[in-house]
Amino acid sequence: MSMTTTSEAHTAHAEEHHELGFIRTYIFSTDHKMIARQFLFTALLFLLLGGALAVLIRWQLGFPGQPLPGGGILPETMAPGGIILPEFYNSLVTMHATFMVFFALMPLMAGVFGNLLIPLQIGADDMAFPRLNMASFWITPVAGFMMLASFFVEGGAAGAGWTSYAPLSASGEWTGVYLGQQLWLASLIVLGFSSITGAINYVCTVINMRAPGMTWFRIPLATWSLFITAWLLLLAIPILTGGLILLLFDQTIGTAFFRPEGSGEPLLWQHIFWFFGHPEVYILILPAMGFVSEVIACRSRKPIFGYHSMVVALVSIAFLGWVVWGHHMFQSGMNPLLGMTFVVTTVVIAVPSAIKTFNWMGTLWRGDIHYDTPLLHAVSFVALFIIGGLSGIFMASAPVDIYIHDTYFIVAHLHYVLVGGSLFGIFAGITFWYPKMFGRMMNEGLGKVHWALSFIFYNLAFFPMHNLGVQGMMRRIYDPNQYEYLQSLQPTNTFISINVFLFAAVQAIFAFNFLWSLKKGKVAGNNPWKSNTLLWTTPSPPPHGNFPEMPIVYRGPYEYSSPEVEEDYYPQDRPPPLSSSGGHTVEVPNPEPVPGD
Amino acid sequence: MSNAAVATMERKPMPGMKVYNKKLGMWVFLLSEVMFFTSLIGSYIILRFAHPEHWTNPGVVLNVPLTATNTFLLICSSVTMVKAFAAIQQGDVTGLKRWLLATIVIGAGFVGIQMVEYVALSGEGFLPALDAYHAVGRGNPHEGPSLGGPLYGATFYAMTGFHGAHVSIGVLCLIFVYIQAVRGKYTLADHEGVEIIGLYWHFVDLVWIILFTIVYLI
Repeated sequence: MSMTTTSEAHTAHAEEHHELGFIRTYIFSTDHKMIARQFLFTALLFLLLGGALAVLIRWQLGFPGQPLPGGGILPETMAPGGIILPEFYNSLVTMHATFMVFFALMPLMAGVFGNLLIPLQIGADDMAFPRLNMASFWITPVAGFMMLASFFVEGGAAGAGWTSYAPLSASGEWTGVYLGQQLWLASLIVLGFSSITGAINYVCTVINMRAPGMTWFRIPLATWSLFITAWLLLLAIPILTGGLILLLFDQTIGTAFFRPEGSGEPLLWQHIFWFFGHPEVYILILPAMGFVSEVIACRSRKPIFGYHSMVVALVSIAFLGWVVWGHHMFQSGMNPLLGMTFVVTTVVIAVPSAIKTFNWMGTLWRGDIHYDTPLLHAVSFVALFIIGGLSGIFMASAPVDIYIHDTYFIVAHLHYVLVGGSLFGIFAGITFWYPKMFGRMMNEGLGKVHWALSFIFYNLAFFPMHNLGVQGMMRRIYDPNQYEYLQSLQPTNTFISINVFLFAAVQAIFAFNFLWSLKKGKVAGNNPWKSNTLLWTTPSPPPHGNFPEMPIVYRGPYEYSSPEVEEDYYPQDRPPPLSSSGGHTVEVPNPEPVPGD
Repeated sequence: MSNAAVATMERKPMPGMKVYNKKLGMWVFLLSEVMFFTSLIGSYIILRFAHPEHWTNPGVVLNVPLTATNTFLLICSSVTMVKAFAAIQQGDVTGLKRWLLATIVIGAGFVGIQMVEYVALSGEGFLPALDAYHAVGRGNPHEGPSLGGPLYGATFYAMTGFHGAHVSIGVLCLIFVYIQAVRGKYTLADHEGVEIIGLYWHFVDLVWIILFTIVYLI
């Protein structure tokens, strides 16, 4: 089928579906691509909010006790005269993490790319349950609104940390936060329904709606990673929901599940939270690994190195993620023998992670590398993920962790994984698939400037935190200068804060590029990156129903620089030349003509 | 799969499981439900092992004969659900309606008996909250004849309550399916809704058998 007939068929197809009204098209849409866009804008707003909270935190640490420039706009209960109150600081660290983890990164990964990529990469016309998909999106702003509202209730927002350890979180008498903590719990319970409905959709879509020929080992790695992530969401979120409900009962009707005064078990909360929490960590990183695999293979014009080992590594990380939760609790009171078990299982995760890392490097090795924005972000992901992974090994070892737990070393580690890893992975994903989502390219020059400045300021901000941690500066501390031995760290803290402000400021370049390119970007065409997956055979943006007719898949997604074709890419749905089949020269006598050809 | 085989394939999805999407969706949803009840039951096990003095011997506080009857009822409702599905598999819409109605009545009866049980227990001061235990003087499990401590009540109401909520939602869904059956939506060829609600109903029944054993009998 030639290109012209494809686009004509698409146009005709698009027109017959364009009868939905404004509300059904843009607000209560059941189209997975529109839902992906809705998730994108919502999650980017929450990312902005989480970033603003981080800036406030860093102001207090960089310039403790000094009034915020323009801080007069904050109410008296938060920052009288622009000076951040200790109670408000507790809320800041709690809500920064909550918004970033639950309302920015999770929707950006699963919500945006799960919705955009899964049906398009497997050749489906939509999700298995489009209306459930719509519900999954609309639950998110409701939960987000509840979480936001908690800032403005009496006592302020939740202040017991994003982990909400009991008994601090179980009763308002310790923190002075009553309604705020309850809203936090209720909001996450509500948000859980969004994750579950989304996960059911992703799992069913991948299992049951693949185009003919799209066997399990022809599925692009981004979809593989989202599929594995969906399983983790499906099985981990209900555990958290159960725990949140019990904690909410402690808060509201006075049960004593986690309150020691009624013989409750505070440690039980930690076990529930981290049994959910560790799979959650992989929910936040696996999709980024998928995006990066896709980008690195495409921009190096080489088949991904070790496709099968990539899939097996994803699956093994997901399995091992269930048996390592105790490594968050080495200091919470645990039989050392049990601690040792968790050390071993945790360190074992380094094996599949290293397999993935070496595969990415193997893919880049002697590739025809195109240094454009998605690739730069993807390679940054690999580099920063290595640093975050190596610092993880320090903390996985119980004897070392006893010294550095709950210090800035863990803050450095988790930001290397979640900002350096997940966020750079998301930037790679957004810059790579933006043309498919909106039909236009993002500006390459602005993209590179944004990448370079982000990379520099990011490392200047977060790398010194390792040092703070080793020197003993504890996380979540309002003013480290209250301890004499931490006072010498103030210049480092000020340096970090300035770099965080700069890192935040250069995100304006991304925001400008994102919005400007919506209208003014170069028109993308179907396949601007000359990539293989089915996604790129559709017009940009794809019409309702995606494909004019269901595609047929002949090969894996990473056949770049194949000797079988002249171009350096070989789309998954292009029929093989008549004399060959799948790389082996097998004569196919009188092959059936492909329907619609 | 060889490419020659692919080329002759029809252009329609290639299901990885031999079930339709909605049924697969219900299976997957029930897996997440398993994890939800796991968190409640796991918490119960940990709390009970840590504080056995909060619990009494079986039958001292809880009314085991009443709940055993209720358990029997719920198991019967699984049988009627099977009968309903078997009827529509034969194309018997009258049978479907009759057995669905029986399932609804028994399911609602289960919730009703659970309500009666809750009212009786709370009247005796068996409540989930810590303060309530102190108020009626059964707060300290180390003194006097043991009627259990606050963890007993809290875990009891959390587990049976969430199960009861699941049964109630199931009854509402069954009523919806029943209305659809009356409207003639289900036929020999198309009765997905009956099968899906059936899966959910059997799951809820199964959970109850586990809960009844660990909450009432052990």
